[in-house]
Amino acid sequence: MEAQVLFDTLKGKFGDAVVELQGEGCSPAFVVVAPASVQEIARFLRDDPALSFDSLMCLSGVDYKEKFAVAYHLHSMKHRHAIGLKVMLPRENPSLPTVDDVWPAANFHEREAFDLFGIVFEGSKDLRRILLPEDWEGHPLRKDYKYPDFYHGIKV
Amino acid sequence: MTIRTDALPTQEMTINMGPQHPSTHGVLRVILTTDGEVVTRAVPDMGYLHRGLEKIGERVTYAQYMPFTDRLDYLAAMNCNCAWAWTVEKLAKIEVPARAEYLRVIVCELNRISSHLIAFGSYTADMGAFTPFLYAIRERERVNDLFEMLCGNRLTYNYARVGGVSGDAPPGFLEKTKEFLDYFEPKLDEYNNLISYNKIFVHRLANVAVIPAEEAVAYGLTGPNLRGSGVPFDLRKDEPYSVYPKFDFKVCVGTGERGTLGDCFDRYMVRINEMRESVKIVRQAVAQIPDGPVRAKVPRLFKPPVGEAYFRSECPRGETGIYLISDGTVNPLRLKIRTGSFVTMNIFEKVTRGLMIADVVAVIGSFDIILPEIDR
Amino acid sequence: MVGNADLFVNWSRKSSLWYLLFATACCGIELMQAGASRYDMDRFGAVFRATPRQSDLMLVAGTITHKMADRVKRLYDQMPEPKYVISMGSCANTGGPFYKDSYCVVKGVDLLIPVDVYIPGCPPRPEALIDGIMSLQKIIMRKKNFGAKA
Repeated sequence: MEAQVLFDTLKGKFGDAVVELQGEGCSPAFVVVAPASVQEIARFLRDDPALSFDSLMCLSGVDYKEKFAVAYHLHSMKHRHAIGLKVMLPRENPSLPTVDDVWPAANFHEREAFDLFGIVFEGSKDLRRILLPEDWEGHPLRKDYKYPDFYHGIKV
Repeated sequence: MTIRTDALPTQEMTINMGPQHPSTHGVLRVILTTDGEVVTRAVPDMGYLHRGLEKIGERVTYAQYMPFTDRLDYLAAMNCNCAWAWTVEKLAKIEVPARAEYLRVIVCELNRISSHLIAFGSYTADMGAFTPFLYAIRERERVNDLFEMLCGNRLTYNYARVGGVSGDAPPGFLEKTKEFLDYFEPKLDEYNNLISYNKIFVHRLANVAVIPAEEAVAYGLTGPNLRGSGVPFDLRKDEPYSVYPKFDFKVCVGTGERGTLGDCFDRYMVRINEMRESVKIVRQAVAQIPDGPVRAKVPRLFKPPVGEAYFRSECPRGETGIYLISDGTVNPLRLKIRTGSFVTMNIFEKVTRGLMIADVVAVIGSFDIILPEIDR
Repeated sequence: MVGNADLFVNWSRKSSLWYLLFATACCGIELMQAGASRYDMDRFGAVFRATPRQSDLMLVAGTITHKMADRVKRLYDQMPEPKYVISMGSCANTGGPFYKDSYCVVKGVDLLIPVDVYIPGCPPRPEALIDGIMSLQKIIMRKKNFGAKA
């Protein structure tokens, strides 16, 4: 399905929650949506028979210097089409609802985004650090992250 | 296997299957909560090999990142090199010469064979049979010789470049590859005779950790793990990239031949059959490879246009997807690598509930995980 | 007389170096391949053990991260004396290619445990690993176990 057609379908159903379509220079194209509505849009994308995006390819946190974003890459096994979903978040206290009850594959990706960026996924069944030690301070993939000098007495 | 519930009441134990363990395929820690020998909960604890590859990507240039992709999945380093090269080429719309694409496919499929050989060898070693491991390493050494002839290294090749490959195949390489394929193909029947249909091996793998097809898709499984559950999805056929449309090969799917569809045995047999298909692909590639340059002209300090690209390729352990964001400078803005093994660990806790501890080892081996893919 | 006892003890130690299968990353594969079909390390008497309590050589092969650091120390402490450590590969020597930009890699395993032999390479070839083991064997042969300490 074409990205523009999909964008129009979503805009028709969810109105203002669907913000814009980023098609230029982006492959696949991204539909930018508001953070609060990401869970119901995700459920619609999965359950609607014409769309049936049953597979979450990738979920990444992004630091665009002025703001954060969470990018979802979705794929449909049935119709073999793909789309991207993006949510823009402020740098202070970034948080949005989780999608791990829509796609169970999201759980580890969300934990990684929390670990490396500090983005909180509300309602997640298990949100704790996954790659770094439990007592690590800071979120390394942020652009303003300063490398620590020592960790447990060993020079970093 | 029935578990007696009328026996003495027992307490649950928490056992640590620690980072240093011969069967965890790397530094994976599994915290097992068991009632006797039956696992009630197995929580994977990762991050013991987290080296910050994604942060490193933001501090080096596109060409400088190629050696780091080797260390991402070192058993299939050619596949990861090529995945990075294809992603950058998709973002910047670079045209790659045909000979380079053929060489890339040849090395990717040879690397798939050697990666599945290690998967086969270490899995049977985990199950208690040490001899197939030595046979697998014997074959793998021959593939290593081919790669050494081509690019000089045995494990971390750094062969692909943005725009092509680093060097042409030396004279005699294609003949030696054909010789290897003729030598290797009958070996697969030897392995099947040796271990695959051995009664004990089948008994340990069949009906263990059955994953139905819808669950496999919902949990994001890819590659042989997904195909072992009966879903015929292979990126080389369904979303072909590079020169894969020119080759004729089958997609290997699990059939439930010795147990239930989607159990450990199916995932294991998919890998054995995939080696056969890879041999077919390499034969066709060696026959069809054209002459020509092997590298497109790419500026030294390469600055792709502003944009975002997501490219996924079929690596031996699943789909490796690279999400690359460029802001027009020489360093990427964000680089996210989505690997098959990381997403496969999602389903680990669910699938190991109610199994015996020895079956947990069988599950880890059947998923064919590798820690740098999980931890990056 | 004491010299002969030294020689005997050192010869028996160097000829049966049982190593701990401690492979973190890529060097681990070269370690496995060195112990397998073509570059058989078994002919040096070196078999792999899965537990530190039965091994006398720890071949640190692969990158050590901060999360793994105290496990490395604990494994080293669990090994009985006499014990030797070989640091295999760039990552274990100095942090490897991750030296400059990574935030969670220990820059060399010698920050954690004492190392006897360093083997350079990324990854070192199995021949280099065997050369490292032979260097360790030379070091073992030079040790004085009995008699007055110099």
